[in-house]
Amino acid sequence: MQQNNSSKHSSGDMRIGMALAADRVMTGVFYLVAGFFLVLLFAFAGYIIIKGFAGAKLYMFAFAKGGIGNQFFNTVYLVFLALLISVPIGILSGVYMAEYAKPGRVTHFLRIAIETLSSLPSIVVGLFGYLVFIVLTHAQWNLFSGALAVSILSLPLISTTTEDALRSLPESYKKGSLGMGATLRQTIVTVLLPAAAPRIITGVILAAGRGFGEAAALLYTAGMSTDINWTVWNIASPTCALNPFRPGETLSLAIWGARTEALSADSAEIANLSSAVLMIMVLTFSILAHTLEGRIKKKMGDTK
Amino acid sequence: MNNVETIDRSTGRGSSAGPMIRARDIGNFPKEHVWNGFVKGAGIFMIILPIAIGIFLFIKGCGTFTTYGHSITEFLFSADWNPADDSAGGGTVGAAVYIVGSLYTCGLALLIAVPFSLAAAIFMTEIAPVLGNRFLKPAVEIFVGIPSVVYGWIGLTILIPFLKAVFHLNQGFSVLAAGIVLAVMIFPSITTLSADAIRGVSMDCRKGAYGMGATRWQVIYQIVLPAAKPGVLTGIILGLARAFGEALAVAMVIGKTRAFPKSILSATSNLTSAIASDMGGAMEGGEYNTALWTMALLLFLISLLFIFIVHQIGKHGETENAAK
Repeated sequence: MQQNNSSKHSSGDMRIGMALAADRVMTGVFYLVAGFFLVLLFAFAGYIIIKGFAGAKLYMFAFAKGGIGNQFFNTVYLVFLALLISVPIGILSGVYMAEYAKPGRVTHFLRIAIETLSSLPSIVVGLFGYLVFIVLTHAQWNLFSGALAVSILSLPLISTTTEDALRSLPESYKKGSLGMGATLRQTIVTVLLPAAAPRIITGVILAAGRGFGEAAALLYTAGMSTDINWTVWNIASPTCALNPFRPGETLSLAIWGARTEALSADSAEIANLSSAVLMIMVLTFSILAHTLEGRIKKKMGDTK
Repeated sequence: MNNVETIDRSTGRGSSAGPMIRARDIGNFPKEHVWNGFVKGAGIFMIILPIAIGIFLFIKGCGTFTTYGHSITEFLFSADWNPADDSAGGGTVGAAVYIVGSLYTCGLALLIAVPFSLAAAIFMTEIAPVLGNRFLKPAVEIFVGIPSVVYGWIGLTILIPFLKAVFHLNQGFSVLAAGIVLAVMIFPSITTLSADAIRGVSMDCRKGAYGMGATRWQVIYQIVLPAAKPGVLTGIILGLARAFGEALAVAMVIGKTRAFPKSILSATSNLTSAIASDMGGAMEGGEYNTALWTMALLLFLISLLFIFIVHQIGKHGETENAAK
């Protein structure tokens, strides 16, 4: 391409003129594309949120049938359960990667394993969850197996952020602590992990944000129905809100369910509202994570 | 099991101070053991998990070929899809329509997303770094997290009616709709990874080119982009992987019509939406169910293939750099 250009325009002046013109045109194109996307993204978010709330009626916010309150609760509860599982395992495996793993075949393999996990299609994880947590245990759809599926999806993110966070700490932290006679465990638990905490928390917040919107992995694990009786507080009861072994439709599943429009007359409005609420949750969490990250970068003086 | 080994490792880390630590922390030994056990256990768990997923998928997915005796070529290349929904079998399991649907929509999504992503990445690194870093980059990163069902829902309620009106279609469900939705979904990840790659190109390359009198576009097109190529390709492959595995957003707009798409505007189906919509109704262990598992296995193998390609690109980039 480059050679074509130069042979076509043999005259020097013309070539320079062409080059300058091309430069100006392309600069314009880049500004246009960037502006277009910024506008598109904001319009997208704004549209979903405004449309969702504009079409909403008061009863849709109810924590009962016909409202999305229960779905909202299920979403939060499911992500909470998922983090309860994935945060300890993710942090520990991140510690292993950063502090224990020696360069070699096993570490290489572990890295590939984590990469594989992070690029697994969520529907595949959902099917795996369906097979292992539902079919093999002869259970019905339940929140807990949904949480397990989501935790599989968030594990690699938490693990890699922990590893990165530990690796980005100054070497002197570790040396100082070890030099004082602390064991590696004491160093990690009392010095390194607290120092890396802000970054790890950022990763966990991001993981939570992703978890809110997960749907494909929950389709065949958490189930498409929810029945909560808010007066029952016996955790073994199938209608108790806190019982993790009850079916628990989340907001994202409610949107998926509304696509056929056969459920009820207002299913489109419900889906719009669910999208809006989901959008707000996801945006809040991502903005929170980015603000935190910005603070950390500032604190470290942007030295990287 | 490996007590001796754990002690050696935990103390050996303190290099020359090792023996001293061992003497002082005898009281801590149980704690050290438990800690080491947990950390290593977590590491091992991360290895076992994807292997377990792979094994389960393999066992379930191979049923099509072992239990029901279909050939791999039938599954991959035949368009005759009519599996029996019971364990007697005897149906046909040609998944070519779904495979072509996946390839077609993802190819289209890449075609749409890559130019825009590259332009956005170049904008935030080369053209206006301050503007880009302050506004575009955070916006793009935040939008990575938008749930796929929301994209699907917006596609269903806005894009489909729009396409219907513009192209005078009976129904707007189409390859084009799926391609657009996927393109919007993968745009942020390709942009972020490409921008990282472009940022990683050494300043000297740019300075040298500018010093020779090159314009900015010439520097970008002839110096920066070629130098950032491995990273950009990695971004594109990872975007493609995301598009390939995306289920619900595509299922909402593709139309789920089991036929090869005649044009970009006709409805078809793909692997993920077939699994998402049909798995629930199929009898566990039946031929239909097993064929869907085989599709899931195929998705898994494809995502492994993408990782392999990314690694090959990485290796290639390294050797190229070393040669320089």
